[in-house]
Amino acid sequence: MKKLLRHRIDGIKRDLRSSDKLRKFVPAINAFDTFLFVPNVTTKSGAHIRDAVDTKRTMITVVIALVPALLFGMWNTGYQHFSQLGEQVSVLETFWFGFGRIFPMIAVSYAVGLTIEFGFAVYRGHEVNEGYLVSGLLIPMTMPVDIPLWMVGVSVAFAVIIAKEAFGGTGMNILNPALTARAFAFFAYPTYMSGDKVWVADASTIDAISGETILGSLAANNANIDYTWWDMFVGTIPGSIAETSTLMALIGAFILIFTGVGSWRIMLGCLIGGAFTGLVFNLLGVNALMTFPFYLHLIVGGFAFGVVFMATDPVSAAQTTKGKWIYGILVGVFCILIRVFNPAYPEGVMLAILLMNVFAPTIDHYVVHANIKKRKKRWQLAKANG
Amino acid sequence: MSFRYNLKIDSGADIKIKGQAALECTEMPPSETYTIKPGNFFYLNSKLLLKEGDQVKKGTPLFFDKGNPEVRFVSPISGTIKSIIRGERRRVLDVIVQRDEKQNALSFNVPNINKGSRQEIVDYLLKSGLWPYITQRPYGIIANPNQTPKAIYVSFVDTRPLGVNHQFIIQDKFKEFQLGIQALSKLADKVYIGLSSDYQGKLKSIEGPIFYSVSGPHPSGNLSVHINRIDPLNAGELIWTINPEDVANVGKSFLTGEFSAERTIAVAGNVVHSPKYFKVTIGHELLPLLKEANVKMDQINRYINGDVLSGEFVDYEDHIGYLNNLISVIPEGDQYRMFGWLPFHDNAVLSISRTSFNWLQRGSKPIEVNTNLNGEERALVVTGEMEKVFPMDIYPLQLIKACMVEDIEKMEALGIFEVVPEDFGLIDFSNTSKLEAQEIIKSGLELMIKEVG
Repeated sequence: MKKLLRHRIDGIKRDLRSSDKLRKFVPAINAFDTFLFVPNVTTKSGAHIRDAVDTKRTMITVVIALVPALLFGMWNTGYQHFSQLGEQVSVLETFWFGFGRIFPMIAVSYAVGLTIEFGFAVYRGHEVNEGYLVSGLLIPMTMPVDIPLWMVGVSVAFAVIIAKEAFGGTGMNILNPALTARAFAFFAYPTYMSGDKVWVADASTIDAISGETILGSLAANNANIDYTWWDMFVGTIPGSIAETSTLMALIGAFILIFTGVGSWRIMLGCLIGGAFTGLVFNLLGVNALMTFPFYLHLIVGGFAFGVVFMATDPVSAAQTTKGKWIYGILVGVFCILIRVFNPAYPEGVMLAILLMNVFAPTIDHYVVHANIKKRKKRWQLAKANG
Repeated sequence: MSFRYNLKIDSGADIKIKGQAALECTEMPPSETYTIKPGNFFYLNSKLLLKEGDQVKKGTPLFFDKGNPEVRFVSPISGTIKSIIRGERRRVLDVIVQRDEKQNALSFNVPNINKGSRQEIVDYLLKSGLWPYITQRPYGIIANPNQTPKAIYVSFVDTRPLGVNHQFIIQDKFKEFQLGIQALSKLADKVYIGLSSDYQGKLKSIEGPIFYSVSGPHPSGNLSVHINRIDPLNAGELIWTINPEDVANVGKSFLTGEFSAERTIAVAGNVVHSPKYFKVTIGHELLPLLKEANVKMDQINRYINGDVLSGEFVDYEDHIGYLNNLISVIPEGDQYRMFGWLPFHDNAVLSISRTSFNWLQRGSKPIEVNTNLNGEERALVVTGEMEKVFPMDIYPLQLIKACMVEDIEKMEALGIFEVVPEDFGLIDFSNTSKLEAQEIIKSGLELMIKEVG
């Protein structure tokens, strides 16, 4: 079976290569081939042996880390819907409802995104990079469940073309593509992305259903939150599809940190920055968002999800070790700052991360520059001494 | 006597490969031909002194360094120049000497090692052909005899995969080693000798050099790491390095007045049935060693002059390199692995990443390796992984990028003077994007030599 498959693929590739017209599609076939088989290529220069790790393995690890949050999000979509209607349905049915809503979004995201990625790979003649496997899943997970599919598609196209390919493709982008997609949808289609009619499935069509996010209520200076901290932690609250559960984000964080794929420094930095800023505001305590306990700030909204899966994107985050600490802490600080001071955007974490994405190269610049300065000082000292 | 410096290196990774050389040494009969390759020296521009058919004695200069005409490369044995192989643009690749039975050797006047001046010692090393043993930092090229380094480093610590035991190599050359150190002490104010932190032996009884200890995972054995920790190289400064066995070669030459080209070389790797050491002369044929070490020859192997991270390809019908003490032999890869990219799949494949359970086995027993790339080259995405295997106060990714865009000012500022390609061996091995870091650094160094000198 394995051999037969291998034989078939080799045959197809041979045909493509020998045809002048079709040769440019080799990267597209390679993308499928290398998905089935890690290629037999051997080292030609440099180290003769190489680690088993590659970009595919790294990206798939992130996808695996996302799965708990995704599955919970599917269930919670059903749960929010049925509990508002007062219907008693089984767990499986609840999940199935959410699956039915969310799966098409994921399908659209991958279809649109990968088509563009393959197109650019063929056009530019390079291999298809695996980064979109993660972005393509993240994008629907950060959207409200009722958003029309075409908006998902347009947001994906915007993110891949403008935020990624325009900068030179994978590894070159300044902003996190998944967050760019969300920000695009947020500003382009605000009525579908905020308010109290979008967070629970069918809220806009069925009168019995409504649901404001906790941060939305707080931003309206309504401090009467019906949810317990346990609801917020587990995630049985309205919100974007996969952002609600801090618990699932923590499971994801565990996978990312254990495998070394996600930076624990950034995550911890965010936590420190967010907790500290929240605490300062608690002490000041002027409005509902300020008096909202700092530890609850860390488990509502997209904070946990954003910190674990978005802030740690290595391409758009700071790259140096010291830089990662600074970047992480500032993401935490700005997240709470934006939540408190700008009630129009109760979800601060998205904007905080995008803002810090822009400043990450500057942070790195100063960290690296400190090393350069240290070295030059040493040179001068050596020269002075003789 | 305790160590002056104790270097504790914490970042890096030990790669234990099956087939580590056993501590036994076989003295090999001389081979038919001996080959000296200018290509064994980084950035060497050689000019031939002889032609095919010429008779040579042991110690007869074969070619010299165009950049430093005093630096001569001499024949390790007596015989006839059998052939000269040239490559692109008539660059000399191999000078092959056919051995004869006469064993004629050139003899040189040995200066007094205690009373002789520095210049007398330098002249002797140049004349007798010993000079190419000395490597210079920055750049990792042959030392310039007209300059004085701030220190000379000799390290007995070898943490490379399948790395050799330098104490074993010089165990019956203690006197020669001591003499060699005495000669080197004339060339620089300071001579450093690096030993492993658990070293017990008589080396420390040698008076003069400064001893330091090293512990920790690879690349803790790399000299760049030692220099970076003890007394980093500044712009305009020089450091010289020399292998322990070559220190003994220098010492022996002071005893005999002849060029000394002894080489104890380990043949190791996971297709070597009896990995062990061989006592030969520089330029020896490779094949007899492979046969003697029972290398599995009925399959396609990769033969490497040096270690598996930064050594050079060599054909099994070719000859051993000039400076290296290690021949690594591993099987070629060329296997497809179905769904091999799944995390925690194919855990037998060597990996220092936590996306594989290989670390569970790696710690306990040596592992089998091959030359599969295990993926394809991709855009740089993952950050922070290079720093994990680079224990120096240098930002490796930033330095690599500066080399890629050929920004000389930035390369200098980020520490290009302090590194040689081998320091990036583990980065080559472990980086997710399969970036060829050593090649990039190599071209960066070449650019530096060309533009800055």
